[in-house]
Amino acid sequence: MDKKEENEKIGVYVCHCGTNIAGVVNVGEVSTWAAENLKGQGVVISRDYKFMCSSLGQELIQNDIKEYGLTRVVVAACSPHLHEKTFRNACKGAGLNPYLCELVSIREQDSWVHTDKVAATEKAKAILSGGVSRVVYHESLEPLHVPIHPATLVVGGGIAGIQAALEIADAGFPVYLVEREPSIGGHMAQFDKTFPTLDCSACILTPKMVDAGNHPNITLLTYSEIEKVDGYVGSFAVTIRKRARSVVEKDCTGCGICWEKCPKKVVDDVFEAGMGERKAIYVPFPQAVPKYPVIDRVNCTYYIKGTCKACEKFCPTNAIDFAQEDEVMTVEVGNVILATGWDLFDARRILQYGYGRLPNVFTSLEFERMSNAAGPTGGSIVMRDGKTTPKVVGIVHCVGSRDKNYNEYCSSICCMQSLKFAHLVAERTGAEVYNFYIDIRTPAKGYEEFYHRLLDEGTHFVRGKVAEINDATRLPSEEGKLVIQVEDTLTGNQLRVPVDMAILSAGLEPRHDSKELAKLFGISCSADGWLIERHPKLDPIATMTDGIYIAGCVQGPKDIPTSVAQGAAAAARILGKIQQKEIALEPIRATIHEEQCSGCRICNNLCPFNAILFHEDRMVSEVNPALCQGCGTCVAGCPAGAISGTGFSNEQILSQINGLLLLNIPKKEAVKA
Amino acid sequence: MADTPENKPFEPVIIGFTCNWCSYRAADMAGTARMKYAPNVRLTRLMCSGRLDPTFVFKAFAGGADGVLVSGCHPGDCHYINQNYKAMRRFHLMKRVLVQMGIEPGRLKLLWASAAEGAIFAREINKFVEEVRALGPLHWNTNHGSQIADHVLLSVVNGQPSDEMEVKA
Repeated sequence: MDKKEENEKIGVYVCHCGTNIAGVVNVGEVSTWAAENLKGQGVVISRDYKFMCSSLGQELIQNDIKEYGLTRVVVAACSPHLHEKTFRNACKGAGLNPYLCELVSIREQDSWVHTDKVAATEKAKAILSGGVSRVVYHESLEPLHVPIHPATLVVGGGIAGIQAALEIADAGFPVYLVEREPSIGGHMAQFDKTFPTLDCSACILTPKMVDAGNHPNITLLTYSEIEKVDGYVGSFAVTIRKRARSVVEKDCTGCGICWEKCPKKVVDDVFEAGMGERKAIYVPFPQAVPKYPVIDRVNCTYYIKGTCKACEKFCPTNAIDFAQEDEVMTVEVGNVILATGWDLFDARRILQYGYGRLPNVFTSLEFERMSNAAGPTGGSIVMRDGKTTPKVVGIVHCVGSRDKNYNEYCSSICCMQSLKFAHLVAERTGAEVYNFYIDIRTPAKGYEEFYHRLLDEGTHFVRGKVAEINDATRLPSEEGKLVIQVEDTLTGNQLRVPVDMAILSAGLEPRHDSKELAKLFGISCSADGWLIERHPKLDPIATMTDGIYIAGCVQGPKDIPTSVAQGAAAAARILGKIQQKEIALEPIRATIHEEQCSGCRICNNLCPFNAILFHEDRMVSEVNPALCQGCGTCVAGCPAGAISGTGFSNEQILSQINGLLLLNIPKKEAVKA
Repeated sequence: MADTPENKPFEPVIIGFTCNWCSYRAADMAGTARMKYAPNVRLTRLMCSGRLDPTFVFKAFAGGADGVLVSGCHPGDCHYINQNYKAMRRFHLMKRVLVQMGIEPGRLKLLWASAAEGAIFAREINKFVEEVRALGPLHWNTNHGSQIADHVLLSVVNGQPSDEMEVKA
């Protein structure tokens, strides 16, 4: 390589990060070593400092840039994913092009993962040396500015999605709200009361649903699913399949005659959690938004046998259309919010709890529907026979959560949900209630107070993980009852608690298809299946992919207030972007040097974004920078070496390898034969 | 590099190529979670494993690395749709070339690691370090008498082979 480094003045800054780095890596030694050994690379100043990211640390760099006329800066500190922007901005502030700064990670990749101080210090030197060798070949770059489409796609019409959609729509920008079910509302619509205030869930949710349904800026697409996502932040093209409702929306008045007349009853596994029935033509619940029903083609007699059409006969506005077809549309949006929520843990998986085998074992969602005044039992809490009021009820916490056999994580809402159940059972039936818990976790505003209220109400709390629920009775007092077998870990006693009804407080799981969702939008899932946020503390609503945000339980189990806050936060973030009208993108793009291109077209097929055009007339390929995402596959694939990758050029990478192997150090020190 | 007195175990030097979206973040995660692993691996960040020019791997070996780790997103999870498959194709090709060059193919490892798999990343690095340690030092640079000059390598990457490519005996 040419002696480019001779013209460069590089500043090296080694961060202590308190003791995070300095506790393992001898930062002083690394800094002195760099000053001595990387001189030949152009290093003119090398310093170590307690916290480089602090304003004083940044000023240190800025002063050096001015005083020494630094042309490049290398900071050895944390991961570039954390502070690359910070140091780039510091350089920019001192008049140096921000892309002439390189951040190398000696914390995440070194001090935090190694214990041998000598080896860690040596590794830090090598990493730093790689960074210095690389930065020599950095180029001054300008971020790419692309226009941002003002519309936003919100996937999932639960409370998080509704909140996000309303915030953006209220600010005056268009929103497409896509929901898989026939109505928006999500899980919150199924609940009767919300903890800890015992607000009526429908009373606080339905006004928001109606707002979302009527809002001039919201295009509501229910009974619809996302099929394909193309593009990138600022201009996504999203293909949505609006499934055929078999009901013409513009003609339907939502009068309800069709589902009254429909002769076919179907067990409702979705909204009623299997507790109640609906018709083959139905709205999931009376306050559904939109009000138009859907014909469930799998169960409708007409679609099975070819006769019936009762709904069509009685419809006063001729709104039934049996031949209606799915509508596939493509919409342009600038940003996306994913708020697809959660699935309930399948309690059948824990055989010893007997759900599905013992009739009076209920899941939490079944109990929610049962306690709901609009639910299948009209709000009366009764056993599976539909009439007997239970006298003793056991509530089992942590079903499928905090259990290595199922889900290791805490579902976060089950304690409060169980306390709410305990309160509702006691209030409505006067039954004796037992809570079987591992730990009571009530860490939010008003939650602990609610727990104390339950303690005062006389609910029994037994600390222990339930071993088994069965109907094999041993004593006369257990006759006809379910027996909950548990060890009370506070007294060390084995208990057999006879109850009439057991409620399993089942945990929250990622949607069964969350991995497909993540793949569709090009983002990542954790091993559990929750979508991964950009930063667990500092950026819980953004994802690694620009323009894709997450809100609510799709990110991890959480309660309603947090879901609402995340929905609003994602909306605020997007509004900020939309109002800037354009967005700055990392200028990492591939460029083809026409004079070197042989026109072999190998790169054309390597590009998954169809960003490479072939000019038949000149027999050369060209990269469209608006479509190029900067992966660099074509750069590596070009047999003529005609493609260069900005930010990750061959020179930069080869030089970094040199540095990592300390080949840049004068021979006497480095390689010993 | 590998300064190995008789009494010390051989400490291999391994160069790792990671993808910005998955394995580099897996390394970050291993760090944040303070999972410990062997200090023998030095990482380079690429935007995608598809960016990996096989020359980078040979350059690392030629420059004194005893092992090379190539790491990317799991098949189907690529941030750029499917470029990791292209890395996989190149990986198998590189293995064959290594064999032809008389280098143990076990010195090159492919690891799929998602951003959530810090533990797997740490575990696999430990495993790989032991595997390379067992193979012993490579000393490709010194065994060949002279190191391939950088400008020659760069000319290979850039598709303009020079006369100097023949390694001097």
